[in-house]
Amino acid sequence: MTALADYNFAYLDEQTKRMIRRAILKAIAIPGYQVPFASREMPMPYGWGTGGVQVTASILGPHDVLKVIDQGADDTTNAVSIRAFFQKVANVAVTTKTSEATIIQTRHRIPEETLGVNQVLVYQVPIPEPLRFLEPRETETRQMHALEEYGLMHVKLYEDIARHGRIATTYAYPVKVAGRYVMDPSPTPKFDNPKMNQSAALQLFGAGREKRIYAVPPYTDVVSLDFEDHPFEVQTFEKPCALCGARHVYLDEVVLDDKGGRMFVCSDTDFCETRREEGHRGEMLGDIKEAAE
Amino acid sequence: MYVAVKGGETAIANAHQLLADRRRGNRELPAIAIEQIVEQLALSVDRVMAEASLYDRSLAALAVKQSRGDLIEAIFLLRAYRTTLPRFGTSEPIDTARMQIERRVSATYKDLPGGQLLGPTFDYTHRLLDPDLLHDTPVEAPAGRTDADEPVMRVSEILAGEGLIEADGELPADHVAGDLTREPMEFPMTRDLRLQALARGDEGFLLALGYSTQRGYGRTHPFVGEIRIGLVDIELDVPELGFAVSLGEILVTECQMVNQFKGSAKASPQFTRGYGLVFGQSERKAMSMSLVDRALRTQEFGEDVVAPAQDEEFVISHCDNVQATGFVEHLKLPHYVDFQAELDLVRRMRAKHAQPHDHQEAAE
Amino acid sequence: MVATATLLPGFADPVFDAQAVFRAAMDALARPGTIQQIGCPLTPPKGLCAASAALMLTLCDYDTPVYLSAALAQGVVPGWLGFHAGAKITSDKSTCAFAFFEKGSTLPAFGHFSQGTQDYPDRSTTIILEVASLEGGARLSLSGPGINGATEIAPLGLPATFLDQWRVNRALFPRGIDLILTCSNRLIGLPRTVNIKALEG
Repeated sequence: MTALADYNFAYLDEQTKRMIRRAILKAIAIPGYQVPFASREMPMPYGWGTGGVQVTASILGPHDVLKVIDQGADDTTNAVSIRAFFQKVANVAVTTKTSEATIIQTRHRIPEETLGVNQVLVYQVPIPEPLRFLEPRETETRQMHALEEYGLMHVKLYEDIARHGRIATTYAYPVKVAGRYVMDPSPTPKFDNPKMNQSAALQLFGAGREKRIYAVPPYTDVVSLDFEDHPFEVQTFEKPCALCGARHVYLDEVVLDDKGGRMFVCSDTDFCETRREEGHRGEMLGDIKEAAE
Repeated sequence: MYVAVKGGETAIANAHQLLADRRRGNRELPAIAIEQIVEQLALSVDRVMAEASLYDRSLAALAVKQSRGDLIEAIFLLRAYRTTLPRFGTSEPIDTARMQIERRVSATYKDLPGGQLLGPTFDYTHRLLDPDLLHDTPVEAPAGRTDADEPVMRVSEILAGEGLIEADGELPADHVAGDLTREPMEFPMTRDLRLQALARGDEGFLLALGYSTQRGYGRTHPFVGEIRIGLVDIELDVPELGFAVSLGEILVTECQMVNQFKGSAKASPQFTRGYGLVFGQSERKAMSMSLVDRALRTQEFGEDVVAPAQDEEFVISHCDNVQATGFVEHLKLPHYVDFQAELDLVRRMRAKHAQPHDHQEAAE
Repeated sequence: MVATATLLPGFADPVFDAQAVFRAAMDALARPGTIQQIGCPLTPPKGLCAASAALMLTLCDYDTPVYLSAALAQGVVPGWLGFHAGAKITSDKSTCAFAFFEKGSTLPAFGHFSQGTQDYPDRSTTIILEVASLEGGARLSLSGPGINGATEIAPLGLPATFLDQWRVNRALFPRGIDLILTCSNRLIGLPRTVNIKALEG
């Protein structure tokens, strides 16, 4: 039987990395434009972060510190699995601390802590085409981007308003990048959209199954699509985090019992943990009696 | 939460240990050997090689064993390995006219040069469970052929003699055969790339699409011109030597479907062809592929695209079972952040919905 | 000629050196105007500075047609590039993925290179241009994506028509070439999105 080969640093062979690196450079030069790339078959399923993993594997070096989150949390199984993959194939330093990471691979969230100039945020993207659910054909959507013809998207959002009285898109909320391309921010809640605007960090997006890479350079305008009479607004939560007391952060609803008991806690586990280390206490950790009521 | 991270790692490790246990099953039974899978589950091995597009019986058998017999999982394993292999060069096109035929049937002629050869087929077996297979009952050696190495002419050549069938497709002289595992995909595709996608495509998906064309969703009036299964040489041109050297033989199944065509503004009436070629013995896949290949040539013949099987973007974007299974199964990953956003929206919309409704009732 | 060229080594560590050089190039294009440095030691073939040579090994391969200036094409660079990267040299500016120019060479108009298409603007040439110095020249103000407000560079040895050519290139967006200026072991990235204006003094 054929001897099973050893794998290269960060799994991908050098030719593949060069191909992906070239795509990344063009993606940076054309903010928000989806660069087609010859996505490789990865040793994890399509739809589970193969695009993000290929981008991370192509930029990662021995001096990087990697953080992997899924739903904002370092401890979700897929985040654990991807982090373990890079520890195995690249022997790279990993962290759960947002501030210590040089590369953060994420699925569905942007960390609460403001990112800095020495950080790269790599998004895992399932469907990179923001127009896909309005027009399933790649040949058509490519034309729309080429002609900067985004009327369809506005019609969709406006129909929402007509029907529901508000824009009924809560995640993967479309944005316009550097005044030109309409882009899918990946299925992050729209709560995170403002963090993309003028971020100091470089943002890279990888869609493995759909074979696209795109980017938002640092300090670039990222505007959520809206209307003058229906301006873009983010989700708000009525209560602070039950564990750390943080306000103006994205919260997960945790069901406590079968009698309707619920608490809301930070989706960003590192942010929540850091605040608790600093002595902040939410109602669940403070006055237990109050929380039980 | 660092403890929780460790907890996730432990959970994953435990799950994988359990998987290994279930894979091995009852320890009192001997472990199944790779050679046994290669020899006795050969058609599973063939399917895995075909849809992984890597011809290696032992590795495919290992993948079947590792995947507990889940063939899509086995295809996935073999593909992930294939990606890491260096490319040394491109072989010469295989010549199926020089195939060492093991099976060859045509539905368009009663008899023809080279004859009809049934070969190792399930056709005409009565599908009755065979109690002999419960035991290792001795199996007789098969009758052999004396003329096994004689080249057998293709049925398409018979029709071509009268000009009744379109010639082999031509691509520009400088066209380099594409490889969609190494280049970004772009629509519309050239036929070589489309055939590659179909050859790697899911057997079940192509079977259903091919079937749909027979039921009127993009009818193509097909006849099996010929199916042939056998060994072909793989040759690599070595520039240093100035000639091609043989790297070995592979088993392939080829199907040439002959389709009636009434002609159009662009072309005179003649038979057209759909083509299927698959690693190993897989007639069902080769036939389905040739039906879908012909259906996807709809526009080439100036016909309207009216059925799913004729829609290139639809077929090619969805025929890959490794992509499909990954994306379908990713739905079981946590989505609670997005679900929270939807929960919030539905609650707000319900609250709003309740208000004007009450108001209206009050007015009535 | 080829024999001499192949005697010169490429990267000491092809995996990690290429990664480090790529990160420098990525940062250069993501943060236009910043001066990035190639950290790894590399003896460039005659005609190239270390940064240009390192970019060549990092980005070029069999899949990327490379255009070389007349002087570079006649020297040892083609052999060196072929040996270490397997890249194809092309004389067709309009189809090349990368184009390299040494210090003081005549830079053809950007319009001769591949601009990409409106459908696929990524299919455009990246030009690597060595200049006399990345500092000490006429002051240029940069703004656009990647730049917090505005920043300045002052490369020495840009072609006289550079600003006019860049203005044309900028107006083609999303099509257009991308430019990397190199000198010694340092580089500045100028993606097509950058607005460049001359500053007084």
